[in-house]
Amino acid sequence: MDELETEPALDVQRWREERLARDYERVPPRREQPATLSGIPIADVYTPADVEGIDPARDIGLPGEYPYTRGPHASMYRGRPWTIRQVAGFGQAEDTNGRFKYLLAHGETGLSTDFDLPTLLGYDSDHEIYRREIGKIGVAVDTVVDMHALFDGIPLEDVSTSLTINAPAAVLLAMYRVVADERGIAGSRLTGTTQNDILKEYTAQNEFIFPPVPSVELVVDTMEYGAEVMPRFNPLNACGYHIRDAGSTAVQEVAFTIAAGLCYLEAARERGIDPDRLAPRVSFFWNVHNDFLEEVSKLRAARRLWARMMRERLRCSDPRSWLMRAHCQTSGVSLTAQQPINNVARTAIQALAAVFGGTQSLHTNSLDEAFAIPSEAAIKIAVRTQQIILHESGAADVVDPLGGSYYVESLTSRIEEEAAGLIARIDDMGGMIPAIETGYVNQLIADSAWEQQLALERDERTTVGVNAFTDDDRSTGGIELHQNDPGVAERQIARLADVKRSREERRVAQALRELEAVAGDLHHNRMPLIEEAVRARATVGEICDVLRSVWGEYRPSTVF
Amino acid sequence: MSEHTPPIKVVVAKPGLDGHDRGAKVVARALRDAGMEVVYTGIFQSPESILRAVIQEDAAVLGLSSLSGAHMEYAVDLCRMLRENDREDVLFLVGGTIPDEDAARLKSVGVSEVFGPGARTADIIAYIEDRVRAAAQA
Repeated sequence: MDELETEPALDVQRWREERLARDYERVPPRREQPATLSGIPIADVYTPADVEGIDPARDIGLPGEYPYTRGPHASMYRGRPWTIRQVAGFGQAEDTNGRFKYLLAHGETGLSTDFDLPTLLGYDSDHEIYRREIGKIGVAVDTVVDMHALFDGIPLEDVSTSLTINAPAAVLLAMYRVVADERGIAGSRLTGTTQNDILKEYTAQNEFIFPPVPSVELVVDTMEYGAEVMPRFNPLNACGYHIRDAGSTAVQEVAFTIAAGLCYLEAARERGIDPDRLAPRVSFFWNVHNDFLEEVSKLRAARRLWARMMRERLRCSDPRSWLMRAHCQTSGVSLTAQQPINNVARTAIQALAAVFGGTQSLHTNSLDEAFAIPSEAAIKIAVRTQQIILHESGAADVVDPLGGSYYVESLTSRIEEEAAGLIARIDDMGGMIPAIETGYVNQLIADSAWEQQLALERDERTTVGVNAFTDDDRSTGGIELHQNDPGVAERQIARLADVKRSREERRVAQALRELEAVAGDLHHNRMPLIEEAVRARATVGEICDVLRSVWGEYRPSTVF
Repeated sequence: MSEHTPPIKVVVAKPGLDGHDRGAKVVARALRDAGMEVVYTGIFQSPESILRAVIQEDAAVLGLSSLSGAHMEYAVDLCRMLRENDREDVLFLVGGTIPDEDAARLKSVGVSEVFGPGARTADIIAYIEDRVRAAAQA
C-alpha cells in the first residue's frame, strides 16, 4: 500500500520495468509476440493512457444512441432477448419444415433457411448435371409451391424468417411475399431477411451467377421493392461471416462488409433513390470467431463505423439509417473434426462474445458440423447453449458490460480505424466492384487464410485436439450424423414435373418474356416482373436463365 | 529428389456447385511452395472437366475438395473415369468435410487418402512425395 500513497498517479512505465519484468524473469512470457487471432499486437495490460484519444460522449455514447458503439437499442437484452435463430435446410421443403417445427418447439425464436446448391446457383432440380446436389446442404426450392410447403403451418406474421440466398435472392424474396399473399398475410406484417449480399459471394463464398454490375442493380431492385411492399422486412443482410470463414482478419471482415453495404446504397442513390428510404432495412451478419475480446470489440467497432459512414458519408438524416442491427453466427471454420465434443465449448465462448458484442440474433453451430450438416440432437445442444447464456450466465442482464474496458475500447477504436483505412483504399480503387474484379479483395483474404494455416502448422497457434492435446477421439458422443435421404432427388424432380404440368404455360412464357425485355435496362426495377413470374409458377432456374441470357455469367480467374 | 527430377504435377479441383474453396486454395499454395506444379481448376467443375485437366496436364496427383456432402458421387465417378482412361496411376486424394465412414468407402473404391479438417499441409506434401517417389521406383 506504500506505493499507492507515495505515487498516486499510474506509472505504467515503472510497473513494466520493475514489477512486470521481475515476473517475466521468473516465468518468461508464454507467447513471444502476443497478438489477437487477426494479428493485432496485444500489450501486457491496458490503462487509461490507451483510451486517451477516445471521447466517451463522442465515441462510446450510450446504448441506443449515436454512434451505437454500446448497442443499437437502449434496453438491449434486459427487454427483448436476442433472437435464437438456427439455420436449417435439407431435403425437400417438408423435411426442412419439420426441422423448423422441431427447433421452434425447443425454444428457437426465429427461422433461418439454407437452400441447396442448385437453388443457390439458380438451377432447377431437373437440371441434368446438378441433380446429385439436390437437398444436400440445404432445401430444394424450384417454385413457389415448394416455398408454400416450406412454411406450411408456420405463422409468417409472427416469426421472422431469414432466407440464406444470394444470386437468386430476388426470386426467393418474391416467393416469400407471394406465399404470404396467397395465404392472406399482408406484406406489411412480414419480418426477416434475404441474405442477398452478392458482393461477398465474389470474394468469399463463390455462389454467384451474374457479373457484379447487374447483380448489384438487382440487389437495389429488391431493396426498393422491400421498402414498398414489405416495409418491415430486411431485403439486404450484408455479410462478414463468409469473408471471415474464408480466412480474412477481423478488420478485413468489417471493412469489406461495410464497403459492400455502402456500394449497394450508393448504387441506389445513383438511381435517384434516397438512402434514407433503404438504409433502415439494411441488416448485417457477422462471424464470431475464437478470439473472445477481439470479437466483442469488432462488433462494437462495426456498429460505430457504420453509423459514422451513414451519417457523415451518405448524409442520412434518419437515425434508423445509422444503427446497425446484426445477426451473428459462431465460426464454422473453428470447428474441429478431432474430439468434436470440444466444439460445444468453442461455440459457447463464441456465442458469449456475440452477446457481449450486442448481437440481435444468433446462430450457434452444432458439434457435428465438421462432418455434415447438423443432426437434430446436436442442434438441440446448440440451442440450449444460447438458452444457458441467456438465462443462467447473467451476461444478458446488463447492457454492454465490457464498455469502458481499457482494452476493449482501445481495440474497438483500432479495428474501426484500420477498417476505415481499408475502405479508403477500396474507394481509391473505384469502390468494391473494381476492388473485386481486379482480385484485390480475394488476394487479401487468400493471403490471410494462408498466414493462419502457417501459424497453425508452425505451432504458433494452438488448436486443442488438432496440434495440442491430441488423441484419436473422433466420437460425437453417441450423436448420429445427419444422413442424406437418397430418395429426395427423385421426389423433388417429380414434384417439379407436376408443377410444370399444372401451370398455365402461356402466363409463364409471357412473364419471362416481359422480364427479358427490361432486364437490360439496369435502372428499371425488375421485381414486379419477377413476382409475376413467381405467381405464374415459373421456376428459379427459368427466371435465372432469362437473366443469364441478358447479363451473362461471371467466371473470374482464381487467385490463391 | 535430385534437382533434375521434374516437379510433381498436381491438379486441385472443386467439383459441382460447392464454392467453399479456402481449403483447396491453401492446399494448392502449400503444394506450389513445396515445389510442385499445381493447376487449380477453380470452382464449378464437372467430373469430365476434372478428368480433362488431369489428362491434359499429365498430372501425377488429383486433389478433390468437397464440402457440400456430394463427395461420394463425384469421387466414385472420377475413380471410374480414371480407370476407363487408363489413368489409375493417378494418386487420387480427397479433402473436405468427409465423415469417417465415407472416407473408408472412398478408399475402397480407389481414393488413395482422405485429408479432413485439421490436416496439415506438411503431411499432405510428405504423403504425395513418398507415394510419387515409390511409384517412380516401382
